[in-house]
Order: sequence, then C-alpha cells, then structure tokens
Amino acid sequence: MSDYLLPVVMGVVFGFSARLLLLRTDFRQYPTYPTGQIIHLSFGFIAAFIGAVATPAVLESDWTAVTFLGLAATQFREVRKMERESLQNIDAFELVKRGIPFIEGMAQAFESRNYLVMFTALITTLCAVYSFWLGIIGGIVLLLIVKFRKSGKVLQEIADVSEGEIRFEGATLFVDDILIKNVGLADTRKIITDKAVGVIVTPRNQNGIVTLSYLGQRQAMLHHIATVLGSYLDSGEPALVPMTKRDMADGRIALFMLPSEKDFHQVRAVLEQVPILDSAIRMPKEAHKGK
Amino acid sequence: MENQHAEIVAVVTMKRENVVAGGATIFIVKDPQELQITALTLEKVLDATSHEIDADTLIVVAH
Repeated sequence: MSDYLLPVVMGVVFGFSARLLLLRTDFRQYPTYPTGQIIHLSFGFIAAFIGAVATPAVLESDWTAVTFLGLAATQFREVRKMERESLQNIDAFELVKRGIPFIEGMAQAFESRNYLVMFTALITTLCAVYSFWLGIIGGIVLLLIVKFRKSGKVLQEIADVSEGEIRFEGATLFVDDILIKNVGLADTRKIITDKAVGVIVTPRNQNGIVTLSYLGQRQAMLHHIATVLGSYLDSGEPALVPMTKRDMADGRIALFMLPSEKDFHQVRAVLEQVPILDSAIRMPKEAHKGK
Repeated sequence: MENQHAEIVAVVTMKRENVVAGGATIFIVKDPQELQITALTLEKVLDATSHEIDADTLIVVAH
C-alpha cells in the first residue's frame, strides 16, 4: 500500500488546493470568517481524501472499499441541505432578503464544489500512480480548469444597465416610464427624491427577457446592491423597501432603491457583476414553438 | 416578494362623505397638513405604508 502513499498525498493536496481556490469570502460575507471557512475546508479535505483513495482501491481490486467510498461521496448531498437551512435562517433577518432562489443557487454551488474537489483529487491520484511528474502536471491543469471554468454568467452578459430618472406624477412614483408604486406621504416622497437611485435594466434578447422576469433573479439583484452599497432602510419602513418592476410590453426591469450613497456609477458597477441564477436561466430562443 | 398580501389598516380623510366604515379605522382631519401628519404617525406606529387615493384621502396599508 505504501506504493500509493505519494499519489494519495498528492491527490489530497491538489484536491484541497482546489477547495481553497473555490472558497472566496468576498463582499457578500459568506461563508463567514472564520467558522464557516473551517466547516467548508474540512468538508473539502474529506472530499479530497475520498477522491484520492478511490484510485488505489480500484487498482487493488478492493471492491468493498470502493463501495464504501461511493457511499461516502453521496453524503455530500447533506452539504446542500446544511447550507440551505442556515442561509434561510439568516435570511429571515435581512433587511433586503436574498430570496429562496438565490439561496438554492448558493447551496447548489457549495455541493458541486465538493464534487469538483473529489474529481480533482481522483484524477490527480490516477495520474500520479503512473508517474510523479504526470501527477503534478495533471493536478495543475485541473486546478486551472477549476479556477477559470467555475464561474457562471453575470448580468452584464445578458443585459444593459442604464440610469433611470426618479420622478413623481402626483403620488405615483416612476422610474423613467415604468410605474413603481404610490407614495402617500409628502415626507417620504421628499426622501425618495433626495436619496433614491433608479435603474433600467434592458435585456439584450428574448432569453434575457425571460430570465430577468424571474422574481428570484430580481431579488438577488436588490440584495447585491444592498449588501455592497448599504441601504437607507430599517425594519418597519415598508415605504422605502427597494423594488423592481417589469415593463410587461418589452421586458425591461426598473429598479428603485435607496443606497447609502446616491451614486449611479457604483450601483451599475455592482449590478453588472450580479450572477445569473441557475434557476433563472431560460432559453426560449432555442425552443421550437412553430415559428 | 412572493405571496404578497395587503390590507388597509387605517383611512385618513378630509372628506367624511367619501368613506364608509368598512373594517378599517377612519381618521377625519381638517386640512392637508393634518392629513400628512396623521398618516405619518399611523405609518410609523403600524410599520405600514401610506398610499394616496386622492388629494383628500390617504390609506395606510400593511404589506
């Protein structure tokens, strides 16, 4: 078995490095530092180990071990459940909610990253069994793939973001020509005129129109802006809660929000980097509808 | 965002004849300034939001 020690160690090292690469605590402050990171790094280590020892087990025809490893791998489904539950509990206390679709997307990402780690470790060990250097090369190639292929689409790939004018017609609030809501208090109208930023998001094609119509995607956009730029909001102030409304005729989305600083360029910079949720992606353009 | 439900929790009006008692409490006020102040107070107390029906009437709605 000592023949396999080096390949397994290499598999674990590369697998664990893949998890480190994939774990970014960024402005979204999730996973939280350091407790959340420890949880995910430990999971990543276990995943890397499972992937790494699978190859020797197969080569030695130790089928009991292989079966058990397969069983262990399925346990990573729990990661998704764990993430979903904790994120949902946290979300109940957010001023601007993430929304369940966004949470589901994050939970999926966490689960799939562990499988990526397992895969990296498995392939690295397989290469390393043949030659030490092949293992190193294989590991590095996989790390590069993991690093550059992991990210999904962001909003600027499917839509254009432009500034919308906040204006009132009587008590009715508009962003450009899209109706947002009715605001009864003169006081609130003044706050909104002073502090609110209006944004018009114009999808580039039919797929984008359907994707952006999804409420989960729109909530994720609001949550991103609120997390990064802060918001002029407190609990019990429903009049100031950020909103999105859709122009039903052409699919444009109007966003109304009160960031801490009224600066459209910051809002645009954040908005363009909002990830497109897996659950929001629709492709009606590819479908056959008799046209 | 999903399951939105709204309920009128109070009505503030300057024209009594426009409103019939129908579940929500009605506040009768004299002038536009009092209208705004009463609605603001109600909004803060009830954690709700005010909407304008017309120049004389505001409703306070809990979402």
